[in-house]
Amino acid sequence: MQDRAIRARGITKSFGEVVALDGVDLDIPTGTVHGLVGPNGAGKTTLLGMLLGLSSPDRGELEILGCPVRQDLAVPDGVAGFVDGPGLYPALTARKNLRAVAALRGYPAWSVEDALGRVGLSDVADDAVRGFSLGMRQRLGLAAALLGDPRLLVLDEPSNGLDPAGKRQVHGTIADLAAQGTAVILSSHRMDDVGALCSEVTLLATGRVVFSGPLSKLAAESGDLDYRLLTSDPTHARSVASAAEEIALLDGATDDDAFVVRGAVPAMDRLGAELVRAGIALRELAPVTPPLEAAFLALTGDTPSETPSETPSDEDAR
Amino acid sequence: MSAPAPARPTTSGAAPLPASFARTLRFELVKLIAQWRIRVILLCCLLAPGVFVAATGQQTSLPADTVFGRWMALSGWAGPLVVLAFAGVWALPLLTSLVAGDVFAIEDRLGTWRHLVVTVRSPRRIFAAKALASLIVVLTLMIAIALSATLGGLLGVGSHPLVGLDGHMFGAGDVAGRVLLAWLVVVLPTLAYAAIGLLGSVTMGRSPIGLLLPALLALLVQVVQMLPLPAVVRLALPSNTFLAWRGLFTSPAQTGPIVVGLVVSLAWVVLATALAYRLFVRRDFTDLTNDGSARRIAVGGLLPLAALTAVSVAAVAVLTPVTGSGITRATLQDSLSTSFSRLYVLQTAQLHRPAVTEAAMQTASTCTKGGLAATSTTSTTSAADAADPTQTGPGNDWRCIVSWHTPGTTFVGQATFQLDVTPDGRYVADGDGPKEVNGSFPIHTAQGDAPNPLWQFDGLVDLLAPHR
Repeated sequence: MQDRAIRARGITKSFGEVVALDGVDLDIPTGTVHGLVGPNGAGKTTLLGMLLGLSSPDRGELEILGCPVRQDLAVPDGVAGFVDGPGLYPALTARKNLRAVAALRGYPAWSVEDALGRVGLSDVADDAVRGFSLGMRQRLGLAAALLGDPRLLVLDEPSNGLDPAGKRQVHGTIADLAAQGTAVILSSHRMDDVGALCSEVTLLATGRVVFSGPLSKLAAESGDLDYRLLTSDPTHARSVASAAEEIALLDGATDDDAFVVRGAVPAMDRLGAELVRAGIALRELAPVTPPLEAAFLALTGDTPSETPSETPSDEDAR
Repeated sequence: MSAPAPARPTTSGAAPLPASFARTLRFELVKLIAQWRIRVILLCCLLAPGVFVAATGQQTSLPADTVFGRWMALSGWAGPLVVLAFAGVWALPLLTSLVAGDVFAIEDRLGTWRHLVVTVRSPRRIFAAKALASLIVVLTLMIAIALSATLGGLLGVGSHPLVGLDGHMFGAGDVAGRVLLAWLVVVLPTLAYAAIGLLGSVTMGRSPIGLLLPALLALLVQVVQMLPLPAVVRLALPSNTFLAWRGLFTSPAQTGPIVVGLVVSLAWVVLATALAYRLFVRRDFTDLTNDGSARRIAVGGLLPLAALTAVSVAAVAVLTPVTGSGITRATLQDSLSTSFSRLYVLQTAQLHRPAVTEAAMQTASTCTKGGLAATSTTSTTSAADAADPTQTGPGNDWRCIVSWHTPGTTFVGQATFQLDVTPDGRYVADGDGPKEVNGSFPIHTAQGDAPNPLWQFDGLVDLLAPHR
């Protein structure tokens, strides 16, 4: 088993005059879950499609599972997944959808039942997919990807439409796969998914890598964060906060007695201690924007209002 | 979480092999048959023609405006031919629209191209499998229609001889073979429409225009066929074979238009399929918004097919003797004389009169167009008449006088007919007296009361017959 499932150097891909990927470097070891994030049009879908074999780089080197990829549909066996939603046929049942894939790829018949069980769809295996919810379709798409026992799993928004139970099941399946040595590359707009599943993350913006590394390092890129403070004595707490060093009291309105301050983590630690010393009880201290999301926004120059947080519709620049 | 999966063969990093063609074809068939629309269509094809034919055969009012319609109550073999005449105009192009016209577009609508391409790993095999799957389904639907109509006719009316389009009486065995042949003949033009459907489906993606392309072409052809176009253009259209099969029901068979139609249809099948293939394998499957474009369908599809039509017209003009409308006074007179004499023989037999033969009757016809009095008793046509442009072409203003000799006497009988001649060479002769010969009266036959065969009958002019 090679150490790296994906090795990319200087990958460039253009569609006409649109440069979708511009000198992308990427290293993804086996047995890890790697997040791929970026704003709409960043090139994520192009990159994922390339990893599945839908296209090949115009320039640069791409190795998948140790095999160089120089033309379309030439990725090695052992790569599976979906991009822009799972490809399912609504007139067929869940089982028939999987059986078709298994038959086309020469996978054993038992892999169908196994995959259905792993995503928790055995009970509805004979129902037509047209009646499935978005979350069930996502799980069935994951099941289709699991049929060949992949060593590189490419997933685009796998948690889209999942209820908490389904999300937990999918997350568990992905984590199990990684533990068994499968490399998983996961694209998502939901930073909580990325945070929960990924050990490393690559952030794309306008076709270029603006960050690649461990999640903890990405969180550090967020700089000062805004925190929401709810205390037992709001008036006194405000005066303490306004006097604190390296803390900025923001004017943002809140719907209760809470207020918002901005500062780095060490400064917030000191503020917390001062509030306690002043006899003020801390009822809530939480970042207004999660650190990963804040880092995302800081690195991509985006604004919170421009970043979808629920069921995003990713129409990347292919 | 389910139990750990049993051990399975591990995949290697080897270069992938595409899915086998047989498995890809099977998958395409499964997808097609799983569509409720296809199932409903198949059910309709199995039931509707048979019910229509069986029910119509019991009616006193028959669809006489459709070729062979007037014979539906007398021969069960007329039913599948009436259905074929109708199907060739609308049903078969529509079926190809719904099957072949959607076989690629449905992947665009469902957003499954990426999944399919990654799974099969060969756009060429995907194209071949989709084309063959739609071909199989279209042929299945055709077979269902033909079988249903035939069974409806045979069960409802029975296997009886059928009068052809020149008055020739085809025995039950003979007509069965010809009915089968007629349906086989229209397979190729149906496939031409299916190929147009494939082209539209590939070219226009999610756009419904692509899906409707065969039906739109059928509509266009219907309009074109109503225009007074030269026969050379008419014969060079892919829809020609949907009419030319009628030549099988004359004796001898009018095979010229059938051969031309089959060659033209084959050319359309090959070109449209090749164009669709070329466009498909060049497609960017990372683009999910394939709605087609006017430029793409014009340059990639319509222009080459228009060029093929032009080449076909030129080839037909050079390789066949056809000129003008293909309908001349001479060919019409010949056709009418033949039909009349054969139907006169039939009428004589049905009325239990002394037998006559066609040869002994020495039938001749004189036809005029446009209200001119038809007074001549000879079918010979002068060069001046033949060159007269007013005495050619389709129209409902042909008036003909048929004359014949009564065997054993010097009596020369005469009967008048009004002819409604359509541009495709078919005509309906309507008896205009004397009423004892071509009037409307029933005749008692073994199959029940039948109308006088000389009262109204269908005929067919061979558009490729050498002109005199």
